[in-house]
Amino acid sequence: MVSANTDLVYNSKIEGDVVISRADAVINWIRTNSMWPMPMGLACCAIELMAVAASRFDIARFGAEVMRFSPRQSDVMIVSGTVTYKMAAAVRRIYDQMAAPKWVIAMGACASTGGMYRSYAVLQGVDRILPVDVYVSGCPPRPEALLDAVIKLQEKVKREPSSRRLLSA
Amino acid sequence: MPSADFPESRSAVADLKARFPRITDRPSLDHPAVNVPAAEAPALLKSLKEERGFDMLVDLTAIDWAEGASPRFTVVYHLYSTERHDYIRVAADCPDDSAPVVPSVTAIWPGANWHEREAYDMFGIRFEGHPDLRRIIMWDSYPYHPLRKEFPLAGIETELPDAEVAGETGAKLIPAPMMGGPFVASPGKINMSEAEPGAKDESWTEKDEKP
Amino acid sequence: MAAEFKYPDAAAMSAAGESETEKMSLSMGPSHPSTHGVLRLQLELDGEIVTKADPVVGYLHRGDEKIAENMTYNQFVPYTDRLDYLAPLANNMAYAIAVERLAKLEVPPRCQAIRVITAELARISSHLMGVGAYAIDVGAWTVFLYTFGEREKLYRLFEELTGARFTTSYTRIGGLARDVPDGWLRRVVEFCDQFLPIVEESMSLLTRNKIFMDRTVGIGVISKSDAIAYGLTGPNARGSGVPLDLRKDRPYSGYEQYDFDVPIAVNGDCYDRYLIRGEEMRQAVRIVRQAVEKFPDGPWFATDARKIFAPPKDKILTSMEELIQNFMLVTEGPQMPAGEVYFEAENPKGALGFYIVSKGGGVPWRLKIRAPSFCNLSILPKVCVGALLTDIVSILGSFDFVMGECDR
Repeated sequence: MVSANTDLVYNSKIEGDVVISRADAVINWIRTNSMWPMPMGLACCAIELMAVAASRFDIARFGAEVMRFSPRQSDVMIVSGTVTYKMAAAVRRIYDQMAAPKWVIAMGACASTGGMYRSYAVLQGVDRILPVDVYVSGCPPRPEALLDAVIKLQEKVKREPSSRRLLSA
Repeated sequence: MPSADFPESRSAVADLKARFPRITDRPSLDHPAVNVPAAEAPALLKSLKEERGFDMLVDLTAIDWAEGASPRFTVVYHLYSTERHDYIRVAADCPDDSAPVVPSVTAIWPGANWHEREAYDMFGIRFEGHPDLRRIIMWDSYPYHPLRKEFPLAGIETELPDAEVAGETGAKLIPAPMMGGPFVASPGKINMSEAEPGAKDESWTEKDEKP
Repeated sequence: MAAEFKYPDAAAMSAAGESETEKMSLSMGPSHPSTHGVLRLQLELDGEIVTKADPVVGYLHRGDEKIAENMTYNQFVPYTDRLDYLAPLANNMAYAIAVERLAKLEVPPRCQAIRVITAELARISSHLMGVGAYAIDVGAWTVFLYTFGEREKLYRLFEELTGARFTTSYTRIGGLARDVPDGWLRRVVEFCDQFLPIVEESMSLLTRNKIFMDRTVGIGVISKSDAIAYGLTGPNARGSGVPLDLRKDRPYSGYEQYDFDVPIAVNGDCYDRYLIRGEEMRQAVRIVRQAVEKFPDGPWFATDARKIFAPPKDKILTSMEELIQNFMLVTEGPQMPAGEVYFEAENPKGALGFYIVSKGGGVPWRLKIRAPSFCNLSILPKVCVGALLTDIVSILGSFDFVMGECDR
């Protein structure tokens, strides 16, 4: 919501149970707080991704409750682990199958830049094939770092001019 | 522990020399090891499995001694005996240096199937008699054999395996940027000037931007 | 009373002209919730029954063996972490011992005891993950959350010891990165004390659970001769009755002083493999307790290895000779003699082997990693044929493989 529900601004006795806000704010609020991840769990970072989904560092608190492995039902693809050239095709295809709006978090050093694997088989950064929104460094990043990335992505999404895109689409 | 003795295996090797006169001792720091000509390797391995109790093939790999060495490729088998709990190493040099071929042992151990496919993929060694010799680690249309010594660690520019994705993203398999990369790279004795920190393979630097 | 389920005989049906069926080709993976990593199974299905299964691996091939030819022995330790990334400390130990065999170097008993404790804790961690992921594949969320809670406690212990939750890079050639901190051993024993009741509780959710048993008993049976022929090791081999355990058969790093049992099963199905992992966790706790009781004093690195292990930091910063020694070690690497060695360690997934060919100097000529998951997966084309599609998920979970290791 754009403004807090204070008596200065909004009085339910006068205005009733209707809250007026900007379309951008509502759309972005909905998107950020229910951002379902598509876990592209490839290697060791996938284990930290699972730890983020488990009880101690619960990612469900941030709305990313459902780790659906179905691209059609997810919003953000978390590329966690080394992307090899052999796997790059599959990653790109799955990204294409995701419905807009979609974002990408490159988790870990290998997804961001190829990591410590400077070799013939490793794609040097998943941003060569996908547009990445947030990069997380670490090998593997701590779960808190991934949660920080989710929060940064949420802040980035809050700044998007969503309604203009929706209406002009 | 490091210098354990393997009396059973050593006596097995001694007996084998009577039946397979062309095997020689191979210097090894731990397990008993023999060299055998590639054509006789399956017969020797079968005899080791059936008569000497080395029933498990734990590893099948190859070594590339670099261009210029002859023989250039050596296929190494490690066998393990589940009864006596010891190993033996059998090494077979490939007769041809440019198109290495050795007989396959998948008939003796079905588990050798994948190991041989990997040796083919990484080194280009063909295994005669293998039911399904194709690449296993790299994609089928990859043109090179990565573990050969002349193949650079950074890789050689190639097309991506999937044409659709390559067209969509414009990505290619490019040599990895080794800027400041591993700075010791010569096995054996190296001199200090080569060992100084410095990139050995510079595909891009600060002045030449990342493609 | 339900009638016994009979698999439809497709050949007989089509011969009798009863139904025209076509085989369907299904590609399972590489991105799939149940394939435990990037494994692709190219399946040919006749209805629900698999007639052909061809695993495609290599989606996580990072070129470790080629990288090893360009790195010194100590520089390669972080790459060994990421082989079996569920039990990195065990891989570190296997690699360090293999290189020490090359140098014919013995590490002191304290170093061996620390390595054993960390390897067994890594075994517990890996089997917790194995059981948890298997449970979540067959539909039991709760077990996964309980086992991951225990793994978090182990991560806290590892972080205190090594600095990283996992991917620890803890061993060095000739010793370790650092000694155990004060009070760590006491915390390890506290963990062991509270761990056993929780693992009993988590496994009791599955062990006599009718749904779990239906999905695992009699599924994915591997015979003893097949297990040996395909080179299976670890819980997969022991599940089929092959009495192989390198900790007992060829003890290394002081395992001969500890008293523990090795579970062997006879049926060779998924249920047996699951039970073996549970029992191995209990035995690992036993080993850790004994190792902590017998924990020796003394140096935690090989003191007579001047060209292999770096001297203590305070000496490096103050004394010229140690400074030069450290410089040589970092630039040229630990100096190893020429020769070949092959060493296998009993990792949680099976026998992880390192075959090192050295021409002298600090960098290996060839380093082959014998990955247990690579060999374990090679039996898939045989095991999957004739199974239902849903059984494939169960079989894959029971194998407990890791693609980082398989593809290297």
